[in-house]
Amino acid sequence: MTTQAGRIPNLSLAQRAWNIRRKALLMGEVQGQGYIGQALGIADVLAAAYFHALDYRPEDPEWEGRDRFLLSIGHYAIALYAVLMEAGILPENELETYGMDDSRMPMSGMASYTPGMEITGGSLGQGLGIAVGMAMGLKRKRSPAFVYNLMSDGELGEGSTWEAAMSAVQHRLDNLICLVDFNDQQADGKSTAALATGDERAKWEAFGWHAQRVNGNDLPAVVAALDAARNAPDTQPRVIIFDTTMCKGVPFLEAREITHFVRVEPDEWGRALAVLEEGYPQ
Amino acid sequence: MTLNSLARKYEPRKVPETKVATSAMIASLAAEGYDTVAAPFGHALVDCARKDERIVGLSADLSKYTDLHIFAQAMPDRFYQMGMAEQVLISAAAGLAREGFIPFATTYAVFASRRAYDFIAMAIAEENLPAKIICALPGLTTGYGPSHQATEDLAIFRGLPNMTIIDPCDADDIADMVPQIAAHPGPVYARLLRGKVPSVLRRHKPDYRFQLGRAQMIRDGRDVLVISTGLMTMRALDAATALAGDKVDVGVLHVPTIKPLDVETIAAEAAKGGRLVVTAENHTVIGGLGEAVAGALLTRGIAPRFRMIGLPDEFLEAGALPTLHDMYGLSVNKVAERIRGWL
Repeated sequence: MTTQAGRIPNLSLAQRAWNIRRKALLMGEVQGQGYIGQALGIADVLAAAYFHALDYRPEDPEWEGRDRFLLSIGHYAIALYAVLMEAGILPENELETYGMDDSRMPMSGMASYTPGMEITGGSLGQGLGIAVGMAMGLKRKRSPAFVYNLMSDGELGEGSTWEAAMSAVQHRLDNLICLVDFNDQQADGKSTAALATGDERAKWEAFGWHAQRVNGNDLPAVVAALDAARNAPDTQPRVIIFDTTMCKGVPFLEAREITHFVRVEPDEWGRALAVLEEGYPQ
Repeated sequence: MTLNSLARKYEPRKVPETKVATSAMIASLAAEGYDTVAAPFGHALVDCARKDERIVGLSADLSKYTDLHIFAQAMPDRFYQMGMAEQVLISAAAGLAREGFIPFATTYAVFASRRAYDFIAMAIAEENLPAKIICALPGLTTGYGPSHQATEDLAIFRGLPNMTIIDPCDADDIADMVPQIAAHPGPVYARLLRGKVPSVLRRHKPDYRFQLGRAQMIRDGRDVLVISTGLMTMRALDAATALAGDKVDVGVLHVPTIKPLDVETIAAEAAKGGRLVVTAENHTVIGGLGEAVAGALLTRGIAPRFRMIGLPDEFLEAGALPTLHDMYGLSVNKVAERIRGWL
């Protein structure tokens, strides 16, 4: 499935995920802030999505045949910029413009700023509904492309998520794959202490979805889940709930208690990068 | 809810001698003396869709009450029933627009403007997508009370960049509007009269044709200039006929496109000296046509004697529509009476 530009060297998914983490940390260092915890946590899922599952052309981000990847969670933009650079869709030499005036990489992801950014996320609970419409549109065009929507566990609290979930089943959108990053952290604390309090996989199944729940930091499991979602034989929409660890790959940050907007002191960015360096996958 | 109205619910009522029923929510709008056209929006959309494969229709369980059922019956494979879910109605329309389609999404004006606003703002307007949001029950066109009376929808959408806003007057406006908004490259919010819709404007001006973005004089008058939109242009024209009997000469400038406002035409007409200028709209006086016209005129240094006809800054009563139109000043008699009083 994967289309890769020839200029991108052949690396393992673990190395891709490592590169994504490193780029995200470098961007965080530029601004001295950012949703770095989420970026480190979702890096494995993004690596598997962009270097195993998705079909796209780095030199032509608007290619009609591409699989669409929607970032419903606008604040995860730092993570998507990292993978878009890794995939050759965004030039790596713009990394240090992150969050600056006139940058193509604003702090919250917007469709009109960034090649490869399909929608403007950030008002949470909107991505899945837009994905429903795009999946309908692709079916009308008889396109084999998939729509992926990356959302957060916090968005499970938005009513619009469940309107979209019902609608996707009603319209038999088997070309829709929803990815839920379940890191159990939202602005005020644990997601499981807010509205994501039940058996989330059972909820999606009860709504009629093909549902899986896997460790989102276990690359072989992530790859297998993406394959199973794409290849499921039925006409249901598909969801994968990825349990992830905030700040994955930088243990001293993983240990921090409040991690929705992780506080990183100016001198800690270098330390975080150094810790990451030690774990470069062979 | 005021303390006053809370007290009122405990006052026993007597059965009135003349019974006036609350019109059904889906009732057609009455305009005495005019011919009507059935479901002009639905038929116009079918005509338009036959010529343009990109057009699709969506509704949130209100296709019958927005005349979209005509389209759904004619082209079932191009119609999406989205269920009673306005947020995904709008989001899905955005997604279809992203994939190159021209979605017409219908619901009631209250639900689009209040419940789905964030989705319209972020998924459609911010992206400048060609989605068309067509909404029945604009302003005060039902006696069901504030849950169904979209008295502030124009104010809500006027603040939204990229949005084109239309308040058509009659069946001909609606039929002519459909292909023009389909061809418009951006998002559109249009108010809709449904069911049996009166045909009014061409009775007064046979060569009138709706033009997106244009205000047009329907009749000239030396004493008063009424600048009106939506169904209030019907009321203004009938009031002008009534006032002509009193030797009061009333001109009517019809402004079906609320945004972008045809400021040139409005300013040129308002600057023609000596006339009382009255705006008339089926909407709260806050943030609608009246304030838009006032702002446009003042910034150009045009300051005629100026009055506004519109709904008060209140949650309105339930009841029979003719009673409510009289109570809140939207009836022909009340429009004529107020203009007479201002002269």
